[in-house]
Amino acid sequence: MTRIGIVTEQPGETRVAATPQTAAKLRALGYDIVVESGAGHESSFPDASYEASGAAIVDRATAWGSDIVLKVAAPTDAEIALLQPGATLVGVLAPALSPDLLAALAARGVTALAMDAVPRISRAQSMDVLSSMANIAGYRAVVEAANEFGRFFTGQVTAAGKVPPAKVLVAGAGVAGLAAIGAASSLGAIVRATDPRPEVADQVASIGGTYLDVVVPDEAKEVSSDGYAKATSAAYDAAAAQLYSDQAADVDIVITTALIPGRAAPRLLTAADVASMKPGSVVVDMAAGQGGNVEGSVSGERVVTENGVVILGYTDLAGRLPQQASQLYGTNLLNLMTLLTPAKDGTVVYDENDVVQRSVTVTRDGAVTWPPPAVQVSAAPAAKAPTAATPVAPEKKKLSAGAKSGLIAAGIAALFLVCAVSPPPLPQHFLVLTLSVVIGFYVIGKVAHSLHTPLMSITNAISGIIIVGAMSQIVVPNPLVQVLAAIAVLVASINIFGGFAVTRRMLAMFQRGDQK
Amino acid sequence: MTFVYSPDLSGLILAQSIATAAYIVAALLFILALAGLSKQESARRGVVYGVSGMAIALAATLIVVIASGALVPDDVTLVLGVSLLVAAIVIGGAIGLWRARVVEMTGMPELIALLHSFVGLAAVLVGWNGHLYAEGIAPELVGIHHAEVFIGVFIGAVTFTGSIVAFLKLSGRMSSKPLMLPGKNFLNVGALVLFLLLTVWYVITPSIWLLIAVTALALALGGHLVASIGGGDMPVVVSMLNSYSGWAAAAAGFLLNNDLLIVTGALVGSSGAYLSYIMCKAMNRSFLSVIAGGFGIEAPSSGADEEQGEYHETDAGSVADLLREARTVIITPGYGMAVAQAQYPVADLTQKLRERGVDVRFGIHPVAGRLPGHMNVLLAEAKVPYDIVLELDEINADFDMTDVVLVIGANDTVNPAAAEDPGSPIAGMPVLQVWNAKDVVVFKRSMASGYAGVQNPLFFRDNTQMLFGDAKERVSDILGAL
Repeated sequence: MTRIGIVTEQPGETRVAATPQTAAKLRALGYDIVVESGAGHESSFPDASYEASGAAIVDRATAWGSDIVLKVAAPTDAEIALLQPGATLVGVLAPALSPDLLAALAARGVTALAMDAVPRISRAQSMDVLSSMANIAGYRAVVEAANEFGRFFTGQVTAAGKVPPAKVLVAGAGVAGLAAIGAASSLGAIVRATDPRPEVADQVASIGGTYLDVVVPDEAKEVSSDGYAKATSAAYDAAAAQLYSDQAADVDIVITTALIPGRAAPRLLTAADVASMKPGSVVVDMAAGQGGNVEGSVSGERVVTENGVVILGYTDLAGRLPQQASQLYGTNLLNLMTLLTPAKDGTVVYDENDVVQRSVTVTRDGAVTWPPPAVQVSAAPAAKAPTAATPVAPEKKKLSAGAKSGLIAAGIAALFLVCAVSPPPLPQHFLVLTLSVVIGFYVIGKVAHSLHTPLMSITNAISGIIIVGAMSQIVVPNPLVQVLAAIAVLVASINIFGGFAVTRRMLAMFQRGDQK
Repeated sequence: MTFVYSPDLSGLILAQSIATAAYIVAALLFILALAGLSKQESARRGVVYGVSGMAIALAATLIVVIASGALVPDDVTLVLGVSLLVAAIVIGGAIGLWRARVVEMTGMPELIALLHSFVGLAAVLVGWNGHLYAEGIAPELVGIHHAEVFIGVFIGAVTFTGSIVAFLKLSGRMSSKPLMLPGKNFLNVGALVLFLLLTVWYVITPSIWLLIAVTALALALGGHLVASIGGGDMPVVVSMLNSYSGWAAAAAGFLLNNDLLIVTGALVGSSGAYLSYIMCKAMNRSFLSVIAGGFGIEAPSSGADEEQGEYHETDAGSVADLLREARTVIITPGYGMAVAQAQYPVADLTQKLRERGVDVRFGIHPVAGRLPGHMNVLLAEAKVPYDIVLELDEINADFDMTDVVLVIGANDTVNPAAAEDPGSPIAGMPVLQVWNAKDVVVFKRSMASGYAGVQNPLFFRDNTQMLFGDAKERVSDILGAL
């Protein structure tokens, strides 16, 4: 039986690759689960809770010697040496930034699956560890900022005076940014957000933020084709820099989340911008680990500038909610293992043609298999491309105001002529007809949508008024006419009685909520 | 009222004065009836107005009929006429009341179409009688009388067969696919031109053969007109026929010199026309293009049939979980709900969720179903309170703030392509913007496209989950899981 090992992370990493809950579900896939003693300690999952879910508690060497090793952070060289050749290692490996690690894993003969290389396609969302961790980190960034910030987030009017709400700027509206916007706005702050992708404006608004557009002259905004942010143009950068400078002087809290995959983080706030901020302001640089969005931030450290601005460069924000982070990461791993175990029999079946499996595999059979062939995924509106190609359907012909009044004038003139030339009873009839039509339009125009069916059935009933015509023909000295008139009376009465009765029946069904 | 000089007519003249007064009162009551229908609160009073108007009109006409016995030489005619009249009203009334009591609310469109055909038939018969018995017409009006006969018969016959075909289509006795005869627009226009020529001919030489010819022509035109329109355009067709039945009554009013018929006919005619206009606006199409039919028959401009990605399938249990977590839910039903008779479980679901404190509302597209307001009636039947059933404009802005949207048997009315893809055949049609909600669950039989034949990108959105199967069963499953 294939054995999965859950190992203890290095000090500083609070998360664990499986919780008792996900361990039980991995077992349901047919695997044997072993957990290194103390692996869940930092996330408050004691060994006993793993045992309760059916896993075995083992020592370090046994756990590392499993067929499949599930991990959070990338392994150290010492840890790689513990792996069996031919084993599979799953973790967050940052393949783009760590060629040495990949080489070492390949040399050991290990199949390595990088959870952070999951492609951004709908099917793989449930395994997207970057999203699940970024979500937690974004929330935690707001909590850390609130902890450092010496004021309320929400505005209040109290007996002791008025408290203005805090102003928060979130740079980058990706998963982390959106989580931060949501958390900050639910604390009551005024939240603004920037992002080079204009299509996120609606998402920002939907969770309570205000999207600040970077106005770039004569340049179409870039629409992301793979769901990630891309590097931006020089003109854009200049306009954005101006926007950040303006905002820095105004807001109390800045949270930067701008990351571009495989590259150093873009610089968003300069030292001058930070210097322009009010004393007591807080900056959380979520990209500090990749070089930082903010000049002066230090990876993993809390820095206080000369003018009293706190810059937090924590890189372990997700790990600061270890229970939650472990649960979500464990579920991501579980979903990957489910994909790899189609028969749920504890046997890994690797399918090279599956784009998700191919993308996460960074070493296999002694060779480095990263980067994978590109996957083009459109997270942006796909309609954009065909729109340009398809000739836009010709505009519907709309009558101009002139043509409309011309038509009306012609209609009135025609009516006038008809009435003028027709003999006595007709003009009166036309008068009655036109007045009734006008009244009809005004009366019907006010009818509620929900009453359209009852309206139709009542007009149906009253159009049975044609019975009056048939009745007036029934007493004439011509039996054929009398019979035809009788038939007309009969069908018209079906209409009258049926129409009114069914309208009554329908209206009786309509009830207000409070009438029950 | 025909007016003939003859010695003993004081009774008839008195009766006619009474009738004229009564007709004015009846016309006023009919206007009040329609006005009452504009709001839920006054709707029931509107029916009372309508019934009283009709009763007054009938009573006054009966008096005139009996008094007009003075015009006929023998009593046999009078006795025969009155007994035929009473028998016809009794039989017709009984049939009408019986149908009204037993009709299923999902069968409402059929019933209304059928009732329209009766007005058409009555108008044809009245017109024929106008040909067969034309005594006492002033000489200078004879030509006009003939034209009135012709027009009345024509409109009546078009309404008659049009409604019969609509009835057959709606009740599933005839395929709801549009009939595509070669040169169908030419046929329609040709029939109208022929009608004009026949009218002129008939005014010059009124022969019964011409009347037979125009009746046959109009019957064929009415049948063809509706046969070439597809199932999804039925709301427009039914309200259009409603309008025609009104104009048929108005034409009979001209023929018989009766202002009540003209007023009532014009009210009904303009009411139906206005409803057609609302329906067309809700589909962003011109009235003519609906009548000319053939929508969605030409291949859509962009490759609509190609797969647009992957859809996510879900099951009743997960939907129940989703609903348990939700604070706001909007249900957008369509014709599929009527077909599956799912309104009762939907109402139960609504009640259950409301008891849990979930804010449940309904969003109704104007052309959902096969009849204007069809969904409202179905939901009312299942005792869903009408104040949580909202229309397109009232609810569209609220999808942003909604946790879960349940799309039950609707397709084209929730298609984001209408708003986002200018090349789409339904581009510009106002739709319910369900995709703005956090989660969308689509109840659907299969992945087939809707009436318009347009693929729906909604199904492939990341926040959309598909729940396949019969809507009624699936909703019941969710109820069980809650």
